[in-house]
This record gives sequence, structure tokens and C-alpha cells, in this order.
Amino acid sequence: MTPRDAELALPDGPAPHAHAVGHDGAEHHHASPTPIGFWIYLMSDCIIFGALFATYAVLGGSYAGGPAPKDLFEPGFVAIETALLLISSVTFGVAMLQAEKGRRDTTLMWLAVTGLFGAGFIGMELYEFRHLVHIGAGPDRSAFLSSFFALVATHGLHVTGGIIWLVTLMAQIRMHGLIEANMRRLSTLSMFWHFLDLVWIGVFSFVYLVRLV
Amino acid sequence: MLTETAQPSLSPIFGRLTLDWIPYHEPILVGTFAGVVLGGLLVLALMSYFRLWGPLWRNWVTTVDHKKIGIMYMILGFVMMVRGFADALMMRLQQAMAAGGVEGYLPPHHYDQVFTAHGVIMIFFVAMAFVTGLMNYVMPLQIGARDVAFPFLNNFSFWMTVAGALLVNISLFIGEFARVGWLAFPPLSGASYSTGPGMDYYLWALQIAGVGTTLSGINMIATVLKMRAPGMKLMDMPIFAWTSLITNVLIVAAFPVLTATLALLTLDRYLDFRFFTNDFGGNPMMYINLIWVWGHPEVYILIIPCFGVISEIVATFSGKPIFGYRTMVWATACIMVLSFVVWLHHFFTMGSGASVNTFFGITTMIIAVPTGVKIFNWLFTMYKGRVRLEVPMLWVIGFLVTFTIGGMSGVLLAVPPVDFQLHNTLFLIAHFHNVIIGGVVFAVYAAVTYWWPKAFGFRLDDTWGRRSFWFWFVGFYFAFMPLYALGLMGVTRRMNAYPDAGWQPYFIVAAFGAVLILLGILSTFAGFYVSIRDRKRLACGRDPWDARTLEWATQSPPAPYNFPEDIRIVGREAFWHMKQTGFKWSGHYRPIHMPKNTATGALISAAALVFGFAMVWYIWWLALLSFAAMLALGIAHTFNYNRDYHIPSDEVTATELKGAAA
Amino acid sequence: MIYLRKPLLAAGGALALSGCRYDVLSPQGWVGGQERNLLIISTLLMLIVIVPVLFMAVYFPLRYRADRSDISDYDPSFEHSNKLEAVVWGVPVLIVAALGWYTYVYTHRLDPYRPLDHLEAGAPVEVQAVSLDWKWLFIYPELGVASVNELAIPAGRPVNFSLTSSTVMNTLSIPALGGMVYSMAGMETKLHLIADSEGTFQGRSAHYSGPGFSDMVFETKALSDDDFETWVAGLRETGTPLDRDSYLALEKPSIDAPVSYFASVEDGLFDRIVNLCVEAGKVCMKDMMMSDSMGGGGLEGIGDAAAYSHDRARAIDGFGAPITLPEPAATSHHESAREEALLTVPGLICGPGVDGQEDSIHVN
Repeated sequence: MTPRDAELALPDGPAPHAHAVGHDGAEHHHASPTPIGFWIYLMSDCIIFGALFATYAVLGGSYAGGPAPKDLFEPGFVAIETALLLISSVTFGVAMLQAEKGRRDTTLMWLAVTGLFGAGFIGMELYEFRHLVHIGAGPDRSAFLSSFFALVATHGLHVTGGIIWLVTLMAQIRMHGLIEANMRRLSTLSMFWHFLDLVWIGVFSFVYLVRLV
Repeated sequence: MLTETAQPSLSPIFGRLTLDWIPYHEPILVGTFAGVVLGGLLVLALMSYFRLWGPLWRNWVTTVDHKKIGIMYMILGFVMMVRGFADALMMRLQQAMAAGGVEGYLPPHHYDQVFTAHGVIMIFFVAMAFVTGLMNYVMPLQIGARDVAFPFLNNFSFWMTVAGALLVNISLFIGEFARVGWLAFPPLSGASYSTGPGMDYYLWALQIAGVGTTLSGINMIATVLKMRAPGMKLMDMPIFAWTSLITNVLIVAAFPVLTATLALLTLDRYLDFRFFTNDFGGNPMMYINLIWVWGHPEVYILIIPCFGVISEIVATFSGKPIFGYRTMVWATACIMVLSFVVWLHHFFTMGSGASVNTFFGITTMIIAVPTGVKIFNWLFTMYKGRVRLEVPMLWVIGFLVTFTIGGMSGVLLAVPPVDFQLHNTLFLIAHFHNVIIGGVVFAVYAAVTYWWPKAFGFRLDDTWGRRSFWFWFVGFYFAFMPLYALGLMGVTRRMNAYPDAGWQPYFIVAAFGAVLILLGILSTFAGFYVSIRDRKRLACGRDPWDARTLEWATQSPPAPYNFPEDIRIVGREAFWHMKQTGFKWSGHYRPIHMPKNTATGALISAAALVFGFAMVWYIWWLALLSFAAMLALGIAHTFNYNRDYHIPSDEVTATELKGAAA
Repeated sequence: MIYLRKPLLAAGGALALSGCRYDVLSPQGWVGGQERNLLIISTLLMLIVIVPVLFMAVYFPLRYRADRSDISDYDPSFEHSNKLEAVVWGVPVLIVAALGWYTYVYTHRLDPYRPLDHLEAGAPVEVQAVSLDWKWLFIYPELGVASVNELAIPAGRPVNFSLTSSTVMNTLSIPALGGMVYSMAGMETKLHLIADSEGTFQGRSAHYSGPGFSDMVFETKALSDDDFETWVAGLRETGTPLDRDSYLALEKPSIDAPVSYFASVEDGLFDRIVNLCVEAGKVCMKDMMMSDSMGGGGLEGIGDAAAYSHDRARAIDGFGAPITLPEPAATSHHESAREEALLTVPGLICGPGVDGQEDSIHVN
């Protein structure tokens, strides 16, 4: 819930700020606090992930006589999943470049592509979860599986939130164009999206790669 | 004898909520409920009669003004203090009675809820509300800002905190509260050993309020970093603004750990995850580590803003700048960093090795050094000063004496072998009340007395202020010194009855102390009443205390925009400098750009409250609905691009003229 | 000890009448004595700085009152002094350094895990203490007897406690003898204490553990060697046998349980309690951990969930009564080759699920 609310709340941006209109030297104009505010939020989110990583580090070997990563994870599958998310980061980057050039429709197109890759990632993750639960390796089977599900699903929820935000922002860009407020939201979402990418690289290495070696 | 009971089945509409969960057979709760309902009806009737609903909605519920939000946090703090203190009185009465085979009037089922609720409420909804309220009100004024960085977010944070507080109070009349102690250690708090809804109330209340706290922390950091008046360097900020910054860094660094930890416990309880169970490879000790990784910084989150308060008040009432400004800042920063490397001292008795215990014991003692430095600096601020013993200063002296003693007992507990003996005894209880009452409460009372004239334009009544201080001060020593003594006898905390009748006299003295504190609280409220009644007599201007920091440059109460024009800040103690140089406002003001009020924060929080309640009672359809409502409200809010307006310049001029005349 | 004066005065009379004991300040054993000494050393060290602070906190505001007659010493420019700052940082640092030294020495000396052989006070007695809901079980492995809610130890000889718990956390605390240590389910902690002379001391759980917590008290009888022998003989005479079945019956929640004795104890019972495998059909924790360190039970292990479950069968309601909750879902592994193939054949990655098999799966 925390991240969701923050996602919703922060990108709205600084409420109009408190500077007097006009610039007669005495009045000052604050730069928007949104980037730094959102960055601080990302740091706090980072700590949530840190706690989940730590939990996984402590409990990741407690299989309770059940399956271990080597029994459950398929490197090829996860590699494709990872590729989807990494590509979505690239397409978001392209969308940002287009937005900076003021091209509304191409921006929207690349955002849509980004969203689709994100949705593909979520789809694969849900498929994996469903498979695990189906064979009886759900989070209730062992502490290892609990910490695996918690970590990966928290990331997945963030990506889902990111997609909802993306769709909302696309509607807003369609309505109002690439105005200053929307550009600010777009760059905030971009920070969020790349952050999730970064976290996933951590998950991929720490959960999938290391345990398979 | 205990008999076996079965878990009732779930109703599709009401989840696990049945009539049996309404405690109509508990006379204490029925009486409280009747009182709350009658009082509530009276308030509703009066508000309708005086047609206050509209103004309440327009000026307060939907406000994004940091000053009003700050005041609402303080009101929340005082209201919840009454609730938390009622719990304290009940415990004191029970322990004064239940000696040597007497069972008292509270069976464990009830008593255990009372001590859990007392701790949770006092920390999360009293102390946190107070310090957040103070930071909200004072800090933006001190740095010359017109509002916080994200005013809407501020409103939302406040209402989320209220939603959490309401959820705790709902548990009083519908169902039960947790019986696990304020930090809810598993496995006791897990799915098997706390099967009722009480523990779920705990989780959702703290989770919802925690969202508010974290977002408020982010907001305040961005405010300090980005919203300072031109010319104000970080090292020019008043100490309170510094302590606000540091506190909020601690909040942002620590609260996510609480969020994660509570979320894991929630998964354990709702979806059979195995994080903190005894079986399936779970590890309850990990919860204890995680919760204290948040919990220890949390106590510094409470006390550091109070250090700021003391610094401001000591400087003002000694007629001197704060002694050792730089040292103060660095000492606070030291405390911030150190507070993350001491958490293990809360469980020396878990069987860690001697080297680990030594390490955490010594890091804990090291925190005493910067803290001690701060105390010396306050003392040397008074040295060669002109000390006016006004009420805020009384609280400060009470703070200095009491907090110092509490700090000493804290260092004793930091010595592992001493802690082996005193851990979980009433010595520990006495210690943390010694620092939380002597530190946080006394400082908050000092702050309320000090900044009240700024907020309302009149002072608090002096006589009632002094009465309140002396009742609290003396009451504190009567209430907690016996607990130190009992701790040295090895008496354990959280017992609802005890076999040794020899302890009873101490508990009776402690109960007497609690009654004195009750008189202190009543004096406070009497003081509020008398002061509001006599507000003409107590009226004051911008600067009633001859103070030194920027908030006193504004009108009392400050106009919605705080400052009619931007001021270029020169050096520390900006307002003192302005007074020395005969600063005057220009009188020609430009229109001021301001954020509009919004109902979104209150509405999302209302939905969050419903969501929490639905989750507690397994009412899945309602949970889904309210979650969707939160999401929809949040998204709808982002479609509103029209969030600001301008105060025209003649209105600013008129307001300033009126302020100057007052 | 300034902070003690007030309550002592306030309750002085009562103290004399009640005859209650400051167990922490006048301990009856070497460990407690050392801890008391450290308490006093630490207090005195801190008073070096606390006393001047308390004095200044009261003296300065009075001495420098704004309405004093001679205001000539008012000096608003006195806001910084390198000398003073050196003192206010230096003195606390020195005190903390001294305190840190004592902490280091005493923490190692008084590590609860350190046996008390160095006292050369005779052969130690082994006691295995189990915190149950809500009573204490003490097993004497060398003597083959056990007792509930009564602990007897030979005075003057070290006692080596091994602690564990059946469900929730507790703490074994006998303040007259010395410090406490947590007891936790699924693991074993240690505590070493000694009673210097004969006497009866209060013991209890010092960590809140649920509805029956306040009654988790027991008497600790430090007896002469002869009396101890007699006490043990009494157990052998009047007690019943303690085997896995009778332990499981004893383990059921009860509040304010009476003292009871066991004449014999099944071999390895404590070990099974620690490893959560007293019940038949449960896998012992140590075996589980061994298997986990070798890579777990694989997919075949999925179906064995019931053998690892412990907590659910011990669920209680708010008053401490046992409550029936569903056991963990009886999931079993479906070794369907087709299903496994789904994850390895890229073409099937986004293919249909395995409908039709789901009704046999229950996941909460």
C-alpha cells in the first residue's frame, strides 16, 4: 500500500508554490521540489526492498524439507522475463527522448510499447507463481518460499502500480499534451520505472542466479 | 479450566464479525461507549447548532495549510493522550490492587489489551502526532517558507494518521485489541497464538498510520532542502529546523523497515507465510531484529525534535544565542547515525555472544556522549544569560533534570550484564517513561506553551500553566521512582497480578503519582479553556517572548501565506537580526500564489479506514471495494490540474495592515 | 543513587514492614553479585557527570535570573568556547571509555553461556528448563527426574540451564541469583547461575507470553546437598513417569498449574522438545536443517508438509483455550511431466494453464 499511495500522491507534484508572481529581485522562485521528493521516496522504497532482501538472505536456505531453487527455477524462463523488463526500460528512454522533442503521438506510442513489455513481464511472473502454487510450492510450504514470494511479488506489485500510472499518464498526455506538469510526471515515472529495473536486476542476480549456481 | 473452542465460520457479508464480538458484557467498555456516544452526540448537536460543519470542512478537513495541519496533529495528540492515559490509570489501579493472590478488576484478557493499547497509542498516536504537529507548524515558518513542499501530501499524511488512530479506537467497541505488547513479538503475535482480530487491528492501524508518517517524512525533507528563504544556508537554520531535518531523515530511513516487517507478519497471519513461525523454517528472532532496527531510531525520531524545541526555548528565554550551534548540529547528526547501530541492546538476553553484546553496549553508551554535549550546551546557554522563568522555561528545566536522570538509567541498561538483571523489569519501564515523559512530553508542553501565542494570537494562562507543570513534574517522580525501586527487586513488567504483597505499597505510590499526572492533564485543559475565554486579556503581538527565529516575524496567528514577501536572510537568528536592523515590511505586495484545498486526502484516508476494518474482519468484498475506491480517488486527483490560486495584492496589503494594527 | 532516594523515603516505612527484598541489589549468588557490582560501578562513574549537570540545571536558571540585581555579568556574546567544548566532549568520552572497559571485561566474564567452573564450587547440576503454556518444566537429565513449577538446586554448586520453549518466547528469570535469558521454541539457549547459600527465591518468566503469563511463577529452592538428595528421592517416590505422551498432555495450555513431579524422564525427551519432534510423525528440526543444507527435499518433499508443522496444532484463543484451526493445506506434488515441461519449453511459456487439476490444490 505504501508504494501505491506514494505513487499516486507524489507525481502530482508540488503544489503550486509559494512564490510571489513576478520577479522583482526580492521574490524568489523555487525550483520544483518534485524530483528530490520523489527521489527520497525511492530511497525509502529501496529500504523496503532492502528489508525483503535481508529476509531472503536469512530464510532463503530454509526449505523445510521442501524444494530448493534448483528444483523450481528455470533460467531460460527468467532470462526472457528479465529481458522484457530491460527492454521496457529502453523503450521508456525512447519515449522520454520523443517527449523532450515535443512529439506527443510518438511519445504515446513508445509509452504504450513500454506498458506492453511491462505487462508481459507481469504476465510471466504471474504464470510462474501460478505454476509454483499449483505444484504445492506455495509460500506456505517453507520460509524460503515465503521470502521468495514476498520479495518477487513486492517488485511485481510495484511494476503493476507503474503500469497503472503509465496508463493514467498516457490519458493525461492525450488530454493536455506535453505540458510542463505532464513532463514533470513523465520524468518522475521514468525514475520509478528505471528504479524497478534496477531492483529487478538485484532480484534476478540474488534470487535466481546465485541460487542456481 | 480452559476448554477447546472452534473457529467460527465466515459469513460472506460480515466476514468473521458476529454479535459475540461486541463487548456488551464488559461494564467498563459499555460505560466508556455510552460516554463516547453521549459526548459525540453533544459535539454533533453543538456543531449543527452553531452551523460549524461547513467551516470545519472548508477550513480544516480539506486544508493544505501546514499550520492548520500542524494544529490538527496537536489536537489528535491530546485526544489520544487522554485515551492512552486512561489505559495507564487502569493499569496503575489494577497493579495497586492485585497483590498476593488478589486478582484485581482486570482479567488478563482485558489487562493485556490495555497495556498493548497504551504503548501503541502513546508512541504512534500521541508522541508521533505531537512531534509531527510541531514540525509541521514551526519548521516551515522558521525557514521562511509559505508552505511545505507538497501541501496535498501533507493533508493526506495527516488523515492517514487519523485513520490509523480511529482503527485502534474502533477496536475498543468492536472486537478487541491485540494482547501482545506494543511491539508484537512473534510467535505470540502470529496466526496460531493470537487468533482473534485484535492483532489484525494492530497491524492495519500501524500500517495505515505508517504510510502517513513516511510520506510526511519525505515531505519535510524536501521542504527543508528546497523551500528555504533566499540566503538561508543550512548552517543558518534554527536548531529546530535542523532537528526536523534529521528526524525526518530518520523517519524515511526507519519507517520502511516497519512497513516491511509488519507486512511480513501480515502475510504470516493472512496467507500462511512462514516468516516468523516456529515451524517450516521460520525465524521469530528475525522479526525481533527487524522491528528494533526500526524501533530504536523511532525513539530518536521522538526525542530529536524535542532537542530542537529545548534549544529554541533556552536561547529565547536566556536572551542569548544557543551555545555551540555547530556542536549542536553535529551532535544531532552523530545521534542520527549511531541510532542505527544499537538496536541489539533491546535483547541482550537473547543469547548473543559476549562480543556482540559488548559491541552493541558500547555503541549505545557512545550515544550518551553527543546527547550529553547537547545538555551541556543548553546549560551554557543559560550561563551569563538573562533567564526569564516563564512557563516554557519551567518545562525546560523539568526536562533537563528529568531527562538527565532517564539518560543515566538508560546507560545502565546499555551495560549488558546489568541488563541481564534489569531487562523486562519495571526498571526498564521507569527508564523509558523517564526519557519519554521527561524528554518528549515535557518538551512538547514547553513547545505548546511557547508557540501557542504564535498560533492563536494570545498567550496561555500563566497560573494554569504552572499548575500543570508542577502536577506533571511531581506526579512523574511519584509514579515512576517506585517502579525503579521495584525493578531493583526484580519485578517483571506486564504482570496483571503478582504474588508478593510486599510490592503493593510501591504500586500504590505509583498509582498516586498517576493521579497527580491526571491533575496535570486536567490543569492543561483548564488552562486551554481559561486562556480561550480570556483571550482578550492574554492577547499578544508578533513577538511576545522577545524571540530570535524567523517564525516570530509573522503575524500572530500568521496569515495563510505566512510571509507577505520574500525576505533575504542574513546569518543565524534571522529575526533577531531583523529586529537589530529595524526591518520593515515594504507595504507594496504582489499577488501570492497558493495551493487550493482538496478533499482527496481525507477521502482516501476514509477509504483506507474502511479497508483496514474490512481486512481485520475478513469482509473481503468491502476490502476490495474500499481498495478500489482509494485507487480511483487517487487517480481522479491526478486529473485535476487546477490546484492553485492567487491571493490578490490588495488582499495581502489589507491583511498586513490589519495585522500591523493588532 | 540519587534517583532512589525519593521512593525510599516515600515507601520507607512500608519497606520495613513488608520485608521485601531488593533482589538485584542484594543478590544471593555470585553471578548476581557481579552484576550488582557492575551496576554500582556504572552508576558511580556516571554520577561524575550527572551530579554537576543536575546542579547546573537548577543553579544556572536561578543564578542568572533576568531580574537579578547585578546584571553586569550578562554576556550575550558568550555563545562559543573551544575550551568548554573540549571539556563537554572530553569528559563524557573519558567516562564512556571507562564504562566501555568495564563493559568489555564484565560482559565476557558474565556471559550467560559461560560455565561457572572457574568458581571451583563443586560439580555443576544440569537443568533443562522448558517454558510451556503457562508453566515451567524442569528436567534433571543426570538424575532422571523432572518437576513442574518448582526448581530445586543444591546451594553452592553451579547450575547449568539449557532453555527452550514449546510455543512462544519466555524468559527464565531468578533475580536473586542473576540475569535472565530467553527461552525460544525450536532452539536451545544457555544460562549459568549459582546460589551461594540455602534459601528460597522467586523465579518467573520475565517475558510476556500470553494469558497465563502472570502465573508463570515458581519457587527456586537452594538446598543443602542432603536436602537436595531428599528432594530428588521424593520426586522418584511420588512422581509419575514423563514420556513423550505424558509430555504432550502436560504441554497443553493451562494457567496457574500446580507443582507436580515426575519420577522418570524418557531418554532424549528434551532433545525432542528442542527439535519440535515430540509428536510422532514430525521431522526433527536438526534433521530438517541438515537436509536443507544438503539442498532440501526437492519436489518430492512438497507433500511432506504435515511432518514439519508445529504451531497450528497448538493454536489458542484469546483466553488461552486450545482452538482448532485447519492444518496447513495438504498440498501434494503433482509430478506431471507435461506441467514441468511448461516452464522449460519456450513455446509454451504463455500457453494455457493446467486447468482441470486445480481442484485438488488448496492454497490459503
